[in-house]
Amino acid sequence: MDLYEYQGKQYFARFGIPTSPGGVASTAEEAVAVADRTGYPVVVKAQVKVGGRGKAGGIKLAGDAEEARAHASAILGMDIKGHTVQRVWIERSSDIAREWYASFTLDRSAKKHLCMVSAKGGVDIEEVAASDPGAIVRRHVDPVDGLSADVALSIVDEAGLAAGSGLAGDDARGVAREAADLLVKLYTCYVEGDCDLAEINPLILTTDGRVHALDAKVTLDDNASFRHPEWSEMASDDDLDERERLARAKGLQYVGLDGFVGIIANGAGLAMSTCDVVEQVGGKPANFLDIGGGANADQMANALEVINSDHNVRSIFINIFGGITRGEEVANGIVQALGRVELRSPIVIRLDGTNAEEGRAILAGHGSERLVSSPTMIEAAQKATELAGGTLK
Amino acid sequence: MSIFADETTKVVIQGVSPTSQGLYHGLRNRAYGTNVVAGTNPKRGGEVIEGIPIYSSVAEAVEATGANASFISVPPPGAAAAIVEAAEAGIPFIVCITEGIPAHDEARVYNQLVREHPGTRLLGPNCPGIISAGKCNIGITSGDIALPGGPVGLVSRSGTVFYQALYELTTKGIGQTTGVGIGGDPVPGTSFIDVLSAFEDDPDTRAVLMIGEIGGSAEEQAADLIRDRITKPVVAYIAGVTAPPGRKMGHAGAIVSGSHGTAKAKMDALAAAGVEVAQNPTEAGERMAEVVAKLA
Repeated sequence: MDLYEYQGKQYFARFGIPTSPGGVASTAEEAVAVADRTGYPVVVKAQVKVGGRGKAGGIKLAGDAEEARAHASAILGMDIKGHTVQRVWIERSSDIAREWYASFTLDRSAKKHLCMVSAKGGVDIEEVAASDPGAIVRRHVDPVDGLSADVALSIVDEAGLAAGSGLAGDDARGVAREAADLLVKLYTCYVEGDCDLAEINPLILTTDGRVHALDAKVTLDDNASFRHPEWSEMASDDDLDERERLARAKGLQYVGLDGFVGIIANGAGLAMSTCDVVEQVGGKPANFLDIGGGANADQMANALEVINSDHNVRSIFINIFGGITRGEEVANGIVQALGRVELRSPIVIRLDGTNAEEGRAILAGHGSERLVSSPTMIEAAQKATELAGGTLK
Repeated sequence: MSIFADETTKVVIQGVSPTSQGLYHGLRNRAYGTNVVAGTNPKRGGEVIEGIPIYSSVAEAVEATGANASFISVPPPGAAAAIVEAAEAGIPFIVCITEGIPAHDEARVYNQLVREHPGTRLLGPNCPGIISAGKCNIGITSGDIALPGGPVGLVSRSGTVFYQALYELTTKGIGQTTGVGIGGDPVPGTSFIDVLSAFEDDPDTRAVLMIGEIGGSAEEQAADLIRDRITKPVVAYIAGVTAPPGRKMGHAGAIVSGSHGTAKAKMDALAAAGVEVAQNPTEAGERMAEVVAKLA
């Protein structure tokens, strides 16, 4: 789950990472109230889960209530790269001396955590990585060891944060220690907070020598939600389309695409593979839908309901290879769904693996014209494409 | 021969109760011919369930039965501890099929095993397991889709495409030595590289079918190894050619970020390393049939 900036900052605060005082608002009136409380000048920032807000006009400085109201009104409802702004974050403007970068994520190749720190912050870090890779310090952290204060300080020093701050002597050492302290807190947030990504860009040094997070980019690991009851209040579905919202409510792994063959498969790999094959035979997948391992009758019925809600779908291809998923449960699910939902499209099903024969027998016994069995993945993809009125390659 | 598991493998199932997934799949594994010697459950030590003696810990099961492999399907909150328990009991081969383990737990356990239990191999988590055709099946693969006798070794990140690939081979009369599902999570215990190296060293495996998917760089690393070290022919298929960037496709690992992790980049890297790259699982089976025909 990706967090909005304001949620990320609230999450940071739980781990003692300093941020600017501020608050969130969804109307211009609320924005002014927050700004009055915070004290001017304030920055009004669009809350969207996409980069490039500043360039799109989604970040503005306001010197008084009048300006705060005007900026909030303009930004709320604005479209930024297809995302509608529903909230703004208002915070006290900071006097910035330096802009840095800090993040933790998992390096899957090294199978260790990766800490990245740079004195070149405030810009797209991928651009820095491409144009000046030496400006980014990359240090692996073994999850068994964690990140000590000493190691954090050595990373800060290697990145030259204090050295480039214009400060000298004890002042410079103080800034370095403060940055290292924040880095340890960010690591704690990343690990104990079960983040896939915890990123601060920019991490700033203020003109009066304090270090704090001016932005927050946090992605939480959905697999860890069982030990974070506090996450439920941060869950939002306003970045999803209607089909995706329905799928999420039903606990399905669904990604909307723009074709006309609805796809249901068990397992992410097979679902992707099914999309690939449909495209290869000349069809176009309307979605990716993984009903998961152990998919039972209810899940199958739910999956069909979601697909049925997509008006671009003209045929449905169910591709199941049983492992944990048992064929007779899948078949029962389809039969149940046919009784529960009035499906607009015909179904082509290809069933193999655990208890596939039992499953096929149940489907054959049901004898619906809207239900076609096909023996192989490619034949099924062709059949589904034809039924949808597509042209075979 | 086979890799990682064979007829001498003695399996302990961790977390057995009359209604657990572990028991359901363990019994199916036993029906396949797998030597299931024990189960564990801290509250049921001393019981016998479906003919399987239950011990209260893996250490006790190892002591009593000489178990040398474990099968874990316990839910995510207890999975990391179950893996560590097996490693501490001296189990050299752990198969964990549990889906949904937090990435931080995986990363910590992986590094703990590397450091404290270097003799232990973890397969998974979030994988279908391993099947050495005709000898041993640990996990959730339906045994009837595998055909004993070799000469093909199979390795896959995706679970259901693993079944599909076994099925494609079997319906063409092509046997398998071992099929290994490494799983699609961010920190798999066993990687393509481990499995490809083991197949290279296994005289009965004469060709390898590799199933990858979008996300990460495991396939690219495998391509480097294949180019430098693998002498046996390799056929590959990468799932997710049509996947849109920036969207997680079910697996935590399956995401195209920017220009990284695309199916095309992986297919290009593999092709450049001399791998026959197929467009779908069926074509992968057909290519492998051509490769096998040339082996004779």
